[in-house]
Amino acid sequence: MKTYLRFFMVSFLALALTGCSGESHKQKNLNSKSITVWHWMSDREDALNELVNRFENETQVKVKLELFAPSEAYAQRVKASAQTGTLPDIYGILGEKRDFASFIRSGYVKNLNEELSAKLGNETDVWKNSFFAKALAVNEFAQGNEFGIEPGIYGIPLDASTIQMVYNKKLYAKAGLDPNNPPRTWDEFIEHNRALKKSGLPGFVSGFGEIWMIDALASNWAMNIMGEKKVFATYEGKVSYNDPDWIKVLSLFKQMADEKILVEGAVTMVNKTAEQTFANERATYAFNGSWCVNVYKGMNPGLEYAPIPPPAVSSAYPIRVWGGAGGSLVVNNGSPRRDGAVTFLRWLTAEKQQSYLSQATENLPSVKASLQHISPILSGFADDMDNATHPNVYPVHEYPEVTEAFNKGIQSILIGEKTPDEVAQNVQKTKEKELAKNAK
Amino acid sequence: MNFQKIRTLLGGYLFILPAFLFFIIFSAYPFFKVFQLSTTSWDGISPVAPFVGLDNFKDLLMDNPVFWHSMKNAFYVTFLALVVQNSLALLLAFLCDRDIRGGNVYRVIFYLPPVLSGIVVGLIWNWIYDGNYGLLNHFLTFIGLGNLTRAWLSDPQTALISVSVIHMWKGFGWGFVILLAGLQSIPRELYEAARVDGANSWIVFKRITAPLMIPVFILVSILTILGTMQIFDIIISTTGGGPGYHTEVPITRIVAMMIGSSKFGYACAMGVVFGLILLAISMIQIRVSKMMRQV
Amino acid sequence: MRAGMMEVNYEKVKKGTISFFIHCFLAIVSLSCLFPLWWAFASSLKTQQTVFNDLSLFPKNPQWENYYYAWAKADFSIYFLNSLFYTVVVVVGVLFVASMAAYAFSRLQFYGKNVLFLILISTMMIPIPGSFIALYVLLNKLHLVDHQLGYILPQINGGLALGIFLLKTFFDDLPKELEDSAAIDGCGRFRIYWHIALPLARPALAVLAIFNILAVWNEYLLAMLVLSSKQLMPLQRGLMVFQGAHITQYPLLMAGIVITVLPVLVVYLLLQKHIIKGITAGAVKG
Repeated sequence: MKTYLRFFMVSFLALALTGCSGESHKQKNLNSKSITVWHWMSDREDALNELVNRFENETQVKVKLELFAPSEAYAQRVKASAQTGTLPDIYGILGEKRDFASFIRSGYVKNLNEELSAKLGNETDVWKNSFFAKALAVNEFAQGNEFGIEPGIYGIPLDASTIQMVYNKKLYAKAGLDPNNPPRTWDEFIEHNRALKKSGLPGFVSGFGEIWMIDALASNWAMNIMGEKKVFATYEGKVSYNDPDWIKVLSLFKQMADEKILVEGAVTMVNKTAEQTFANERATYAFNGSWCVNVYKGMNPGLEYAPIPPPAVSSAYPIRVWGGAGGSLVVNNGSPRRDGAVTFLRWLTAEKQQSYLSQATENLPSVKASLQHISPILSGFADDMDNATHPNVYPVHEYPEVTEAFNKGIQSILIGEKTPDEVAQNVQKTKEKELAKNAK
Repeated sequence: MNFQKIRTLLGGYLFILPAFLFFIIFSAYPFFKVFQLSTTSWDGISPVAPFVGLDNFKDLLMDNPVFWHSMKNAFYVTFLALVVQNSLALLLAFLCDRDIRGGNVYRVIFYLPPVLSGIVVGLIWNWIYDGNYGLLNHFLTFIGLGNLTRAWLSDPQTALISVSVIHMWKGFGWGFVILLAGLQSIPRELYEAARVDGANSWIVFKRITAPLMIPVFILVSILTILGTMQIFDIIISTTGGGPGYHTEVPITRIVAMMIGSSKFGYACAMGVVFGLILLAISMIQIRVSKMMRQV
Repeated sequence: MRAGMMEVNYEKVKKGTISFFIHCFLAIVSLSCLFPLWWAFASSLKTQQTVFNDLSLFPKNPQWENYYYAWAKADFSIYFLNSLFYTVVVVVGVLFVASMAAYAFSRLQFYGKNVLFLILISTMMIPIPGSFIALYVLLNKLHLVDHQLGYILPQINGGLALGIFLLKTFFDDLPKELEDSAAIDGCGRFRIYWHIALPLARPALAVLAIFNILAVWNEYLLAMLVLSSKQLMPLQRGLMVFQGAHITQYPLLMAGIVITVLPVLVVYLLLQKHIIKGITAGAVKG
């Protein structure tokens, strides 16, 4: 028994000792006046650290940058911290708009409307006006929004992005197609693909294993075929997914499968693999976000490609692409250092810092004035910013279960397992179930 | 009751006390919390969690075919792992238990797949299975089976089995290490005695090795079941549950519900039901094996 | 006489053929296990441009400096020591707590033994992806967030169920005679456990140590949940530097992975000797 006791005393002593060292560390945290920032953007860490250093030199205010990656781990940390009231001064919210709304409703996010609209110095110097309207819009809750959130803008975009198609010019020339004449319409797209096929060249790739990418592309075409209003009416439950327009959207994927346009295996590919495929010229087209410029540059600097909007199916409505903020940060409403946090974010989104950030990370800046510093290909992505939309700016939202059934259904169409009609019926069934559940 | 007896009795509890403290603090409390959340419609963020009674469970049991389909997929992979992965592990453990040349080298090599990080495993197998440039397709073409080539991970007929192969390849090293340790602790004298009696290898296995190894077999098969039913990382890095729902497993569904749909309460209910099913399987397994031992 | 010689030859040939096939089989399995590690190693010597382009397994211009960059950029010099500390503490904790409980479940008599055993090992069977919130709330109450203990204690708990189950299985098979004679000599229960049972269970302890070392060494989700300060983070945090949300620096990542995998393999190499040593320990049985 003696040995037993001795062992325990030793081990508790050891634990207590490690405990002490940690405690002193904790003490430091509590007393510090520095602003703490949590983020998940590991590929922007170096650039952000550099900016934090510059900020500290300019203002003598300390900023502590803490990285949690990958993004799933980050999301867990933020949700867990929300439960204990230990969120930092500045952090980012990942996920859909309803999650964002929930954070706001719980009092964890400061409404930045006042700060954004305040006139500093002369009339034109309004913080809000420096941003791309679309980049700011994803963080906005409009008057009468479906979540019942007080109207306002709740987040500051650090950078921007759009999701579009890109095509490989070299492969185009190889197939005897005009490398400066990419497909504008669906029919041209099919035609060009046939030409590529004839020359034994590969087709289209995207990370369709991550189903949100299917969602992005399909909703581009849905808006093009039936217009925004009808899409939203569907989300509200007023239009059925069995509507001919929705069948038409699904049939595009059927045609894609029939024409064997998709690179083999793309249905379950993660986007990083899809990016490798396009970078190594094993696909002529890709559907990807503007961040791809940096990815392709790293893997194949000689790649000759250009961004284009997805080919239009109909001329009834314009084609809209997804776009808006890349990563956004919010200010913790419960933090005693709110003012300092706002000051830091304002500094971070000033032209000089934005130009540095976009050059260092090859991302679209969130501030218009910094556009002049970016590469030509990247500005190709920026050109469509005015045309951009995003689920975060929709006035109504589809149930996640229905979105999943829709995207998974498209996967089934692409592998030839289900017809567009079957998928539409199944999606509508899911929709009705969710409607009934939420009516309760 | 004499002093000695009380001391012996207390002794048992003292021995398990540290483990039990850990259990109470770090397992029982979170489990209780999760069970509590499973009766709410909590979204994972807000400070209030509306109580909904057993609604989540009702919906899960009556109205969620996707979840039960994912369970079926997990059972399929588990069955394969129990049979194929464990047979391979046992065979290799056997071969390495003999005094074979290079035995030590093999022991280290077979433990490599478990050691390798999921990222490498994902990259490698995505490349092997690739539809156009994959090693497997190259190999099949090379040996004249070109008509079998396909995009293995996105073909509904092969997706699940392809994922299973990765899982089994990554997992057999665990079983190998445990089984080898079990085999090594069987006294050599028993084998020698049997040999002297003129028994052949099969009889030695049946009469000596197998009976002594039964507890280890049980251990390994329970670990295989628990490990395989909870398969997740490999799916995420290869198919993401697709195409369609062909490689969805319970954990991918729970995570989709928790993160994708922000239905934390519902996800907790899924976790509870899934956990109870695993518990039931393990209990049955332990019962059956106890009966086998007595026979 | 002649027939006898032929018999010998036949036996020899048969043995040789069997051994040939066994080695062929082992070699094939080994190749499949070695290939990914070699691929990772080869990739670590390439550049971001050649890593998926040039699929050769012996890169022409090996970029050895990748290892230097990986080590420096990932701040491995901080994380290595942290991970070493966490691994040692967690593994010692698991081995001690689990072996004590397993010994009690295998050898001692007390009320509710079977029920308690099932309750304890059921931890392993009820995986709850949602429990991270409860764990965080708990650690916050105990003031263990961003603290080494907050990272260590849940991991010890995580290793217990498997540990108890595995060790009980092996304790059940150990001969009782030695312990009985020690008891007659007047040794207390703890001393019997410590001086007799534990050394006998060395192969099983080695297996358990091997598993737990790997688990702690590769852990990062819990670290991201519990720790914030860079100074407290484990090794896997370093690898995250190379895997951005969008950009993955594959050669540096592979170099980092090779660096992190090597210590595990070396430790395994050392520990698995104890699995062999079990032969002599097991010989007591019977």
